[in-house]
Amino acid sequence: MLNFFLLIIIYSGIYSLMAMGQNLITGYGGMLSLCQAGFYAIGAYTTAILTTQLGWSFWATLPAAALLAAVFGILIGLPTLRLKGDYLAIATLGFGEIVRNVLNNWDKLTGGPMGIQRIPMPKIFGFTINPYHKIAFLIMVIIMVAVAYFLFERLGRSRMGRALEAIQEDEIAARSAGINVTKYSVWAFAIGASVAGIAGSLQAAFSLSVSPGSYTFMVSIMVLCMVVLGGMGNFKASIIGAFIIQFISYFPQLTGLSSVIPPQFKQVMFGLILVIMMIWRPQGLLGRDVSKIGSVRKDSVQEAD
Amino acid sequence: MIIRSPIVVSLSEFFQHLMNGLTLGGIYALIALGYTMVYGILKFINFAHGDIMMVGAYIGLFTFTFLRGNAPLGAWTFIAFLLAMIVSMVATGILGMIVEKVAYRPLRRASRLAPLLSAIGVSFILSNSAAWLWGTQSRKLDYPFNNAPYNIKGVVITPHQIMILVMSLTVMICLKLFVDNSRSGKAMRATSLDQDTARLMGINVDKVIGMTFAIGSALAACGGMLIALDYKCYPSMGMMLGLKAFVAAVVGGIGNIGGAMLGGILLGVLETFGVAVFGIPEAMKDTISFVILIIVLLVKPEGLLGKATREKV
Repeated sequence: MLNFFLLIIIYSGIYSLMAMGQNLITGYGGMLSLCQAGFYAIGAYTTAILTTQLGWSFWATLPAAALLAAVFGILIGLPTLRLKGDYLAIATLGFGEIVRNVLNNWDKLTGGPMGIQRIPMPKIFGFTINPYHKIAFLIMVIIMVAVAYFLFERLGRSRMGRALEAIQEDEIAARSAGINVTKYSVWAFAIGASVAGIAGSLQAAFSLSVSPGSYTFMVSIMVLCMVVLGGMGNFKASIIGAFIIQFISYFPQLTGLSSVIPPQFKQVMFGLILVIMMIWRPQGLLGRDVSKIGSVRKDSVQEAD
Repeated sequence: MIIRSPIVVSLSEFFQHLMNGLTLGGIYALIALGYTMVYGILKFINFAHGDIMMVGAYIGLFTFTFLRGNAPLGAWTFIAFLLAMIVSMVATGILGMIVEKVAYRPLRRASRLAPLLSAIGVSFILSNSAAWLWGTQSRKLDYPFNNAPYNIKGVVITPHQIMILVMSLTVMICLKLFVDNSRSGKAMRATSLDQDTARLMGINVDKVIGMTFAIGSALAACGGMLIALDYKCYPSMGMMLGLKAFVAAVVGGIGNIGGAMLGGILLGVLETFGVAVFGIPEAMKDTISFVILIIVLLVKPEGLLGKATREKV
């Protein structure tokens, strides 16, 4: 049971990395991206391929995964950011599906539907971080989440964070105030993607195998739920959201009711969470992180387009 | 993943692929109408439209199986099919209205992101509840008529294909006439131009929007049943088909009924030719529509028949 709890917490950590990235894109930038799972997959496969086929160490693949995901983030971001919000959602959804399609069909490199097994365990100073003994891995994940949180908090208050908020409020006004909308949006995309890449890399090292089935659209929706549930524009909230959503999705196994509760339970829950949050509490559980710079924000006022 | 060089096709083969593409496109167009109508009025993409179509296909399938019983192919099975289609269209239309009322209406004045997220939620609820209720296995709707193909100078045409073409064309022409000429159609157009002004002119905007959802969903049910005849139905069918129909709507110019038709048929033809003539692997077929979507959005974001608009400050 303790082991199972640790597993949930580790996954919550991995997912909170992704959720913070999504929060930067969606919560700050106001762009609905639906391909966190695609970047996650890119990160996981980068680690899997580099460690198994080229013998790289896990730590060397981590920046590679982040970089590759960021490159894809820019590649998808540049053409689609010219689109309005709704189109972006569809285009990114398509991108996520294309990634999975390629992973499924590029047998030589990705092992097709079977995926890649026997990924070596990460080592640090001669100590192997064995995922079967979860504590060491948990510490590693916690450190990474803490570092990521610290960096994201700084980013949110930096020039870029404020520029993104301005873009989200009113793109045209932001543009006329001299903010380079494309630059900041693409940066947000690249950073959000690279964190998801790192999360994928961690996941590959944790489960020691990767297969296309773990990177479905459902994963993207789950990450989106975490951000919406916690509160958009608030990185602390994303971490909390990740924990709540992870506990919900493991609820049937946790309570031993998995034979009673149908397997679609969690997906239906995610759908309900999205709808209910949007109608009754669009600001999320914690609400937006109020910027300490500048005047009072009027979050409760919903404007009429 | 190797793309073969284009194969030389004979004239009859060309017409064969064209015919297959046209029928596939006809179905896309039927579903695309729902996206286009909703977008035209609310300026938002009803993400759940594909899943509403899936529910329609299932309702049609169950009703037809129930009505048909053990009857052999004949006049009755065809009537039963049409009856099932009507039942399915009515039920799905009501479902569309309920979804609008519960999940979208409260968000009409919220930020742009809110209804979109809500729609994604609805889509997830519908597809997974369907998997829960009806299982994940795919089911095929039996042909209600003898589907023996006709061979016209080497081009094989099935009655099913003819039915798709006839049905989608009729529906679209009726819809066009309805929107252009009827009183409700005029109310719809007024609402799509400016909701507040339409309200001041005495139009019941809520009713018009509800009606739009009902019509769009009913047409999706019709498309869904036509698909279930040939391609089977399964709970997650809504996503891919919905996406393609959406691409069709965008290609033609979203918000434009004629555009949805043109886009749907274009997409169907391009997809069929991409696989059959240009040798794009079957597994990558779904990618074609996304590539088309991105190209169209970059080159002519307003779509083929759409009018370019500038955002007002």
